[in-house]
Amino acid sequence: MDNMNLTLKIWRQKNAQDKGKMTDYNVTGISEHMSFLEMMDVLNEQLINSGDEPVAFDHDCREGICGSCSMFINGEAHGPVKGTTTCQLHMRSFSDGDTIYIEPFRAKAFPVIKDLIVDRSAFDRIQHAGGYISINTSGNTQDANATPIPKENADLAMDAAMCIGCGACVATCKNSSAMLFVGAKVSQYALLPQGQVESKMRAQNMVAQMDAEGFGNCTNTGACMVECPKGIDLSNIARLNRELLSGSLT
Amino acid sequence: MATLDGKIPAGPIKDKWTLYKDMVDLVNPANKRNIDIIVVGTGLAGGSAAATLAEQGYNVKAFCYQDSPRRAHSIAAQGGINAAKNYQGDGDSVHRLFYDTVKGGDYRSREANVHRLAEVSTNIIDQCVAQGVPFARDYGGLLDNRSFGGVLVSRTFYAKGQTGQQLLLGAYSAMNRQIARGKIQMFNRHEMLDLVIIDGKARGIIARNLVTGEIERHSAHAVVLGTGGYGNVFFLSTNAMGSNVTAAWKTHRRGAYFANPCFTQIHPTCIPRSGDYQSKLTLMSESLRNDGRIWVPARLEDVEAIRSGRLKPTAIAEEHRDYYLERRYPAFGNLVPRDVASRAAKERCDAGFGVNATGEAVYLDFAAAIVRYGEEQATIKGEKDATDVRIKELGKSVVEAKYGNLFDMYKQITADNPYETPMMIYPAVHYTMGGLWVDYNLMTTVQGCYAIGEANFSEHGANRLGASALMQGLADGYFVLPYTIGGYLSKDIRTGKISTDSPEFAEAEANVKQKLESLVNNKGTKSVDYYHKKLGNIMWNKCGMSRNEQGLMEAMTEIAELRDDFYKNVSVPGGAYELNQELEKAGRVADFLELGELFAKDALDRNESCGGHFREESVEVGGPQDGEALRDDENYAYVSAWEFTGKPSDAVLHKEQLEFNDIELKQRSYK
Repeated sequence: MDNMNLTLKIWRQKNAQDKGKMTDYNVTGISEHMSFLEMMDVLNEQLINSGDEPVAFDHDCREGICGSCSMFINGEAHGPVKGTTTCQLHMRSFSDGDTIYIEPFRAKAFPVIKDLIVDRSAFDRIQHAGGYISINTSGNTQDANATPIPKENADLAMDAAMCIGCGACVATCKNSSAMLFVGAKVSQYALLPQGQVESKMRAQNMVAQMDAEGFGNCTNTGACMVECPKGIDLSNIARLNRELLSGSLT
Repeated sequence: MATLDGKIPAGPIKDKWTLYKDMVDLVNPANKRNIDIIVVGTGLAGGSAAATLAEQGYNVKAFCYQDSPRRAHSIAAQGGINAAKNYQGDGDSVHRLFYDTVKGGDYRSREANVHRLAEVSTNIIDQCVAQGVPFARDYGGLLDNRSFGGVLVSRTFYAKGQTGQQLLLGAYSAMNRQIARGKIQMFNRHEMLDLVIIDGKARGIIARNLVTGEIERHSAHAVVLGTGGYGNVFFLSTNAMGSNVTAAWKTHRRGAYFANPCFTQIHPTCIPRSGDYQSKLTLMSESLRNDGRIWVPARLEDVEAIRSGRLKPTAIAEEHRDYYLERRYPAFGNLVPRDVASRAAKERCDAGFGVNATGEAVYLDFAAAIVRYGEEQATIKGEKDATDVRIKELGKSVVEAKYGNLFDMYKQITADNPYETPMMIYPAVHYTMGGLWVDYNLMTTVQGCYAIGEANFSEHGANRLGASALMQGLADGYFVLPYTIGGYLSKDIRTGKISTDSPEFAEAEANVKQKLESLVNNKGTKSVDYYHKKLGNIMWNKCGMSRNEQGLMEAMTEIAELRDDFYKNVSVPGGAYELNQELEKAGRVADFLELGELFAKDALDRNESCGGHFREESVEVGGPQDGEALRDDENYAYVSAWEFTGKPSDAVLHKEQLEFNDIELKQRSYK
């Protein structure tokens, strides 16, 4: 379909202090081959040409890997298609005449900056608290093949490391919990021999920062895993809890 | 026309870097605490540099326009990273990686830099594994490798189809450790809008806080640009939407020479464009060419039937397919370098064999690989009587394990299933080999201003080999710059804190504010994207995969006219001192409108075909290489470094003559 007409209900908020509200727009001539953000480009071009302010939204790579885009579409983080970021969502998932609700990723720890842009720097601060292995760049580390790593562990570490830090898990969770995000990072390192040395401390420090940022607790609903565009598995939260528990016992 | 000194150290090529490191001046730890370094950009180059410099004890201020350093566009690199580890025992060595890179770059890179890159490549893999980068491994627990274009060995390390992501997250983790220690002060959502030079030395930047719109002064003893490439001058490219040339261009305007701007990589395997609304193009990793075979129909009637939907590609018999890369380049086949593969696709499509509605697409077919892997699996599993269906099923699971996420991405974008029907691909702008001119120390022609990674010009010559961008970014940031910058800063230990309260800072700030205000006050009638798309069209049609004198001259005129029109008629809603994404775009497009003209001027000057730069006037005639690119070493074995003098069209050319002492200059044959 090359000529869809859509009604968009979009969250507009001038700045962090503004109260904000939903505003209605119409767009026409939308092709099913457009990405969702290209549809937003059409809307913004329309707004600019009529002298209005375009809708502000985060986006960059537009190929599903940078984690910038963050829209809550029709009540779902990144919209209706599983395993897909907003930028990879295409208009063929919608029909002519549809009304689409577009909101920012909402959470106490993700305050709105403007329109659909939220501040996710809390995620960075959690990483500062322990999202690393403490080694310097020397050029004298041991040979990369000196320590074989079972393929299974390497693959599981990679699965956890695929997290793009978009925050869909937080936006989806009824408690605004960041456990899937933290669990993914803790798991990546816990599964690799290089990460073992600091493993217990890391889990404690990152969780403490997560709590300080105002993210909620995990009640094992599992919505985060369903909405995660990279399919990060719930078992990573179990692994995080294991690291946390064993760390607090010693 | 002056000549440029690359400051290449003396000695045999194998020893240059070692001797350099032995002799370079060092800064003692107590003094490092008193030295500030600004790093702009947090991709593989900027991120790794910021982390390493902070580890060494310098005070680092790092800037990125994204909301987190983890989102820099290095994150999108898919295929892998090269290193001369020779884990496969297939004859690889530092020399061979050096040789392949110089040859792949069509002999337009600096030998000494490339050799250094090959030397440190092995350290990168060690470092990344120690950081917890989850590279792919085999069942014995050791690291796995794959092959990339333009080489005869398997030296590419990878993490699924997301190697750039994993390497960047590694550098990001190293940064996080230093941010936590307070050694890196991180400025997210900040964009550098000018370089400040005091007494001939780079001493700071003017940055705009993209959330508040405030203009800020930041001082330092040295400024490092890891700001990436300028592929978005074409509007459509595989770059992120925000990737831009502004930091590099402002630095150029302040005196840094811009080298080889016309050397652009047009990547052969991208998803074809689908309409005018298209905002960017998506790459399909080159690693797919390990197993995918590229073809178009051999008969025009089949092309027409496909375009009108009457025929499916899977129904075309083998003898009616033209596997044109295998036909033209039997030695390298589907794994020829990117520039060669792109031009060959364009040649077939220009001849009318393109397989989609726009006529700009060729097939990348995995059917043969699926059967080959399926038969192998059937043998391993002892299934002697496996049916064709079973063999395909087994083969698909192998292909899925190797390329699953790429196949999924293709399906998301096109709604076609590449396990069942061949992918459609077409070349797209991907990487820019040109960039700020730097010497062996990675310093630009502005004292104390460095350029690393894609932002500089040095290692890839006229064409970059696959999986070498990640290698260069991390080599520069982790292992090269931290040495070379020390030599410069060792002379700056008595300078003390640099004040931002100086006429130079005031002038730069006023200059930035005036430009921003004039853009928002212009109140024109056309959007920024309107101009960006127009510029992209000129660039693609006249400075794209194939260039000629007339087209390039036209491009220069048209871009200059478009730039005038932009300043008269552009409309930028909103204010200068608030979050304003249209204003961000406007500033970047204004710089692209200058760079584009210099790009065309450079391409016009270089009347030879080399690497990604193909001049129609310079081709082989007759013989086995008939129609291939013809390089002219006698007249063009130099780096073009352009000095800004007020207008791009008036830029002054400086030449750095390239000397090849260790590698013989030869025609680059992949036949």
